[in-house]
Amino acid sequence: MSSISPARISAISYYLPSTELTNEQLNELFPEWSVDKIMNKVGITSRRVAAQHECTSDLAVQAAKKLIEEYQLKTEAIEFLILCTQTPDYFLPTTACLIHERLGLLQSAGAIDINQGCSGFIYGLSLAKGLIASGEASNVLLITAETYSKLLHPEDKGNRSIFGDGAAAIYIHGEQQGGYIEKIVLGTNGTGAPNLIVKNGAMRSQKTGDKTLHTNEEGNPYNDNYLYMNGAEIFNFTLESVPLLVNKVLEKNKLTLEEIDLFVFHQANKFMLDYLRKKIKIPTERFFVYMAHCGNTVSSTIPIALKNAFIEGKIKPGSRVLIAGFGVGYSWGGTVLQF
Amino acid sequence: MDKDQFLQAFAEQFDETDLSVFTPSTKFKELDEWSSMVALMIIAMVDENYNKKITGADLREAVTIEDLFNRVHAK
Repeated sequence: MSSISPARISAISYYLPSTELTNEQLNELFPEWSVDKIMNKVGITSRRVAAQHECTSDLAVQAAKKLIEEYQLKTEAIEFLILCTQTPDYFLPTTACLIHERLGLLQSAGAIDINQGCSGFIYGLSLAKGLIASGEASNVLLITAETYSKLLHPEDKGNRSIFGDGAAAIYIHGEQQGGYIEKIVLGTNGTGAPNLIVKNGAMRSQKTGDKTLHTNEEGNPYNDNYLYMNGAEIFNFTLESVPLLVNKVLEKNKLTLEEIDLFVFHQANKFMLDYLRKKIKIPTERFFVYMAHCGNTVSSTIPIALKNAFIEGKIKPGSRVLIAGFGVGYSWGGTVLQF
Repeated sequence: MDKDQFLQAFAEQFDETDLSVFTPSTKFKELDEWSSMVALMIIAMVDENYNKKITGADLREAVTIEDLFNRVHAK
């Protein structure tokens, strides 16, 4: 029997579209929304927005090209492409096939999309690890890419202040270099589906001509043609699930909180992250936050933060990093990266 | 945490609304400063002090601060 090769993250790059949406611009659109307040509570000063004709595959290709150039990777070595997105270019074909073509990958390379949100990076790692462990592929390119801005109602100031568009490309291989993906914990609770949803536009419910932003009984803005988020319920979900997730990841990997050098959570918003950090009792210096200039980029928040933690020297050879993603679905996942 | 302490902790989640505005009968969702972010802060305040969960339904059905206090205490 051949031995199972460990899967490691060896490289991360990311791409943000050039158009910026600053707090000052939001303040002009919504005068009741103060610039300082957005920064203090949400922790974001500006976010990037894809241009009208700039789609997920465009961001994904840019991120992948940066990765290939920065780390001098050979496209012919890529045996599998996984794209994680909830905003594909088309219903079909699979957006990963479009990216495969534009990157010039070998025809023998597999390419699939997975539809997952804030937990998507962890799910992508889990699948890549499985492909490598089974021997189906030696080198996997995982791309996380979203254009959530296209799902937001123009008057939805809350969500427009949080979400930003972007893409990250991650190279995962079986060689002895990079961050080893330790044991992974995943979870799902579909009862949360109505709390973060774009109801119209797919098969169950067609888009309508309604363009008005309504307010529901709980005070949340909604229009079923656009993204709806019940912030209170999502927050309750994270308060219940994230501390448990962290404990399970530690338990499964036979580690304690003290043995983790850095915690990198899905960058939802500053207030939520601060509260979770305090609740789980993680010291500030071991908790990495990176969202001020890009916002919540959904499945790309963790790889973007990891990249910047590297640049800032917070992750070094030997570092043990706990990552945790959680959100829409509800869906969650976490693991430890051993560098 | 009695009703007065709850009221004070509730009021502390607001930055711009004058403290004198907050009484047990204040209809909190009618305050200009009420927002989805303030709702999260109230949820966090109750989680921290009571280890109890305020749901979206609690926020929907409670009209005054006293209503919310009673709902938290009934949990």
